[in-house]
Amino acid sequence: MPINRDFIGRAYPGTTTYEVSREVIRRFAEAIGDDNPLCLDAAAARAAGHADVVAPPTFLIATNGRYGAGSPVEDPAFGVDYSRVVHGEQRFTLHRPVVAGDVLLSTSRVVEVRDIGTNELAAIEQEITDEAGRPVATLWSSLVSRGTAAPRMTA
Amino acid sequence: MSTPAYDDLEVGTELPARDFPVTRLDLVRYCGASGDANVIHWNERIAKAVGLPDVIAHGMFTMAQAGRFVTDWAGDPGAVVSFSTRFSRPVVVPDDDRGEVVTVSGRVEAKADGLVTLALSATTGRVPDDVRVLSAARAVVRLPA
Repeated sequence: MPINRDFIGRAYPGTTTYEVSREVIRRFAEAIGDDNPLCLDAAAARAAGHADVVAPPTFLIATNGRYGAGSPVEDPAFGVDYSRVVHGEQRFTLHRPVVAGDVLLSTSRVVEVRDIGTNELAAIEQEITDEAGRPVATLWSSLVSRGTAAPRMTA
Repeated sequence: MSTPAYDDLEVGTELPARDFPVTRLDLVRYCGASGDANVIHWNERIAKAVGLPDVIAHGMFTMAQAGRFVTDWAGDPGAVVSFSTRFSRPVVVPDDDRGEVVTVSGRVEAKADGLVTLALSATTGRVPDDVRVLSAARAVVRLPA
């Protein structure tokens, strides 16, 4: 079934904060095989000028779905069948490093839904800030939903 | 860990390729740590039922390996100011002890105002041969002078 085009432009402000801990950074780093001491050792991170351990650059993807109702992909009315979805493209703009102790807020917005042949592409932009609203990162994701485009009329 | 100095880098400098293995166990761990437990990353039956050749790696797992390539080179994971890629082909991960290997390489593409742009390439070598799994992958890193 096609993705609901009425949702283009819709914003999903998160309803809960995400608290970045040393432990979630460690778990993420271990899962990707990253043994950089700045991700694992607070003393090493401080010696390098950071407030605490630093998250790997793709860490924020792991905060998806952790801001309350802050993600269109989890909205059944948006109509994404997750087993049909593969990741098309991903962009991170990191306004500053993410470190343990950060408390983050997120708003996602559906920027585009269109057909590519028999597939559909949905693009979602996510603004992540601290609790005071200062920018932390902007994430842009495109998802490819395989084989869900509406059938076309043939002449 | 030695951080490359901005002033010492030349556009066109190649960064030596590195291999990053990926097994089914890595994908299960990444499901847990990332919160992305999409069945196509661990269930062969459903992956095949939806038309995939086998279980595939999370695109974000592959991107994270390219991220390790960048941050191991730069020294500081906080030095990355932007990072982007397209996922051109899936990384198919067979159910055996070897899994697949993602080979990442890079080149200094541009430098300006303390920022260095790396153009990255990532290929898989096993199933099938030499497939480009990331395209237009770029990382911009802030380096000390």
